[in-house]
Amino acid sequence: MKAGLSPRLFLVVFMGILLLAPLTLSAFYITLLNYIGLYAMVALGLVLLTGVGGLTSFGQAAFVGIGAYTTAVLSTSAELPAWIAWAGGAPWISLVVGLVLTAAVAVLIGSLTLKLSGHYLPLGTIAWGISLYFLFGTMATLGGHTGLSGIPAISVFGVELLQGHQVYYLIWAFLLLGIFTTRNLLDSREGRAIRALKGGIVMAEAMGVDTARSRMVIFVIAALLACASGWLYAHMQRFVNPTPFGLHLGIEYLFMAVVGGAAHVWGALVGAGVITVLKQWLQDVLPKLLGESGNFEIIVFGILMVLILHKARGGLWPIIVAGVNRVVPIRVDRRRIDPNATPLPRRNMPAAGDVLLEARDVTRRFGGLVANNNMSLSVRAGEILALIGPNGAGKSTMFNQVSGVDTPTSGEVLFLGQSVVGKGSRAISRLGMSRTFQHVKLLPTMSVLENVAIGAHLRGSKGVLASAWRMDRVEEDRILAEAARQIERVGLAEHMHDEAGSLALGQQRILEIARALASDPCLLLLDEPAAGLRYKEKQALGDLLKRLRGEGMGVLLVEHDMDFVMGLVDRVVVMEFGEKIAEGLPEEVQKNPAVLEAYLGGVE
Amino acid sequence: MDFQIALILGQDGITNGAIYALLALALVLVFAVTRVIFIPQGEFVAYGALTLAMVGNGVLPATVWLLLGAGVVVAVLDGMAALRAGQSKRLIAIMAVNLAYPLALLGLLKAMPLAELALALQVLVALLIVVPLGPMMYRIVYQPIAEAPVLVLLIVSVAAHLAMVGLGLLFFGAEGYRTPAFSDARFEVGPMTVTGQTVWVVMSSLVLIVALALFFGRTIYGKALRATAINRNGARLMGISPALAGKLTFFLAALIGTLSGVLISPITTIYYDSGFLIGLKGFVAAIIGGLASYPIAAGGAILVGLLEAFSSFWASAYKEVIVFTLIIPVLVWRSLTSHHMEEEE
Repeated sequence: MKAGLSPRLFLVVFMGILLLAPLTLSAFYITLLNYIGLYAMVALGLVLLTGVGGLTSFGQAAFVGIGAYTTAVLSTSAELPAWIAWAGGAPWISLVVGLVLTAAVAVLIGSLTLKLSGHYLPLGTIAWGISLYFLFGTMATLGGHTGLSGIPAISVFGVELLQGHQVYYLIWAFLLLGIFTTRNLLDSREGRAIRALKGGIVMAEAMGVDTARSRMVIFVIAALLACASGWLYAHMQRFVNPTPFGLHLGIEYLFMAVVGGAAHVWGALVGAGVITVLKQWLQDVLPKLLGESGNFEIIVFGILMVLILHKARGGLWPIIVAGVNRVVPIRVDRRRIDPNATPLPRRNMPAAGDVLLEARDVTRRFGGLVANNNMSLSVRAGEILALIGPNGAGKSTMFNQVSGVDTPTSGEVLFLGQSVVGKGSRAISRLGMSRTFQHVKLLPTMSVLENVAIGAHLRGSKGVLASAWRMDRVEEDRILAEAARQIERVGLAEHMHDEAGSLALGQQRILEIARALASDPCLLLLDEPAAGLRYKEKQALGDLLKRLRGEGMGVLLVEHDMDFVMGLVDRVVVMEFGEKIAEGLPEEVQKNPAVLEAYLGGVE
Repeated sequence: MDFQIALILGQDGITNGAIYALLALALVLVFAVTRVIFIPQGEFVAYGALTLAMVGNGVLPATVWLLLGAGVVVAVLDGMAALRAGQSKRLIAIMAVNLAYPLALLGLLKAMPLAELALALQVLVALLIVVPLGPMMYRIVYQPIAEAPVLVLLIVSVAAHLAMVGLGLLFFGAEGYRTPAFSDARFEVGPMTVTGQTVWVVMSSLVLIVALALFFGRTIYGKALRATAINRNGARLMGISPALAGKLTFFLAALIGTLSGVLISPITTIYYDSGFLIGLKGFVAAIIGGLASYPIAAGGAILVGLLEAFSSFWASAYKEVIVFTLIIPVLVWRSLTSHHMEEEE
């Protein structure tokens, strides 16, 4: 462990400064800090959405608007309809109403756009951001373009927060609550699923993660953060009009997240601070410089954004951290693994010799191409079956048919006696089949430990709220202990805390096996596990697979390395041109004339 | 509403729809070839219209300074790249295209009595100034990050849009302009009166669409762009430069945008920031076509135009809301018909 200052120390100093700031600063700067806090809250949602989840919204300002207008209408309207009258005049109740309303709108919009490929969501949010802005401006009950005034201040324990420095504490308490909640969430079972959304969807689904749900979760959380910001804004300003909820603010929020560092929760705060101060300054300087009035700061913002995305796509936060590290090293705290955590429950393994997987007459056509033709094979508990064949024989296609990534054109795939055709990889993994990928699919910036823990996703059950408020620690310890156990088992213990992307390709393949094992499968599908391994590593892998077989696991593997295959497996199925040409014991297959012809070419 | 009004609204809708169709085609083209969601498309509309307006008023259009500035940046970027690659001979060509051209244009514009030129020549001047900004923009903004994820390209697009709107305010001021109609003719067709400008807009759009179809179907550059759209790496291996494909695409997009601006400015007053909403309506149409199909996008554009015209009659305050909410059923339909799961990054 590297010596250095604890990150907690920085946090304590920062909190101390925040606490004392209003005592020394003038009203102008406190107002500025209030705005930074409000903006940072919205940007925080975008960090979760964009930087972590790989989704983007330009419409967050509209969610801010929903929060602000909900409380404005509820707390100023003299004649509320009877069904909602109970919520009138009480800001804290209207916060809850606003959050519920926002969540409902976000779920509706999310269910329309989240299923589509990435760029439809931002385009959709541009459109609905504009629509809602015009709606705020035209609806008479919302005060039209003049807006609504006379919004009361918030009361906390009977104290009315009328002054800027009073609201200040409430705003920053909200923001810090949001930051800590988000940080907790990201460091949990649900958080790993969320972090897999960017570039790991196929893998996560194969590990049983419902990625559509995870997308929805972060979209709703981002909307709720925006809504809370809007509620605070309305009660701070005591008046609302449509202007601050238009698309240009929606774009500015995204800029804040990107400038600050979209992958880091503190980036939201840095970005909000930099953009807000810069805007204030530019609005002062530019009109004097250009001799005209107008919001010319957008020129600078636009150019700044392009430059940041060209030169430093990670934003300012990583640069700040690296800079501080050069002056005073910051300690990196590794995740502690509790070796005494109660092991996770295991599934009942089928008895050795039971049929686990049975594919019957599987045919898969891609247009005129028949990639698999009447393929049948079966794997029993406690045996290793190899699927071999020349390049292009259809082995990987067959793999996809049985693992649920693809659906056969005709034929039957039974796993533990159940038909799994068309069920999808998530459902299949729940039944106890786990796999690795021919082209390694892992999350390169996450640690080896965290990558393997994704494999154990289905063995935990704690949800978003439990994760966000740290009620998941017992289960989390068990999951991490299980992941650590699998990492040790495959021989990667010394790399436990390294970034997965820093491993050699062969080690990454081994990591995938550990991840598959973490799901406690009864059948393991391995796609070319020995590719890229050195001799010793291959021996170790062979030993591991033999041990697993001894424990009653079934293994189906696709492999090109014949030395590795023939010394290890119990039976071999040989494919060529999408069809099975031979099946049997390794030594039988090696003598089979059809197999020799397929590999070496016929003698005419 | 009687039949007469319906006819007038229908005519309005088709006129605007024809322009949205052009923009939608450009957006689909840019996305297919470069994966850029080209938000600044609308700014080319505004720049085209307002540059024409300034030429018509006899003022030197400020966009020519932007052309010069962009030319300097491109010359520096390309010049340094050429020097680093040891190809100092290319410097002359780089200077000629990026510095000599804007300077020559500037000199010419200063010498000419702009206001007295025929309208067709004024349009030509506007095109000569604004269209080269397209490929220059690709070079400066997009080429350095051409391989970035779609999401990053989209954020860059929004940033470029913002900068262009701000520059538009600086160049043209907050005042709106309307340019003279191409023709004051009116035709009686049965019960309805068709204005000459409508005929101009619809005919120009059709001509442009046919020209584009011929370009993509018959010319080697058109085929190169199609190849890039289908398979970027494959096209590159066949010797099609992605940078050239990008610049050519942006040239076409800028041409279409500028022409759309020239066509629409006699119909509606254009302000420095009007382009965005016009461009977005093109987007709604492009999304109807799934950012992939040209004919569906064009049909969608006519639908957007008609919807806009009729909703401005029935509920003018909610006109924009209705047009942009159209995107929702489209997205529902799209999400019900597509099942693929894809990896971004």
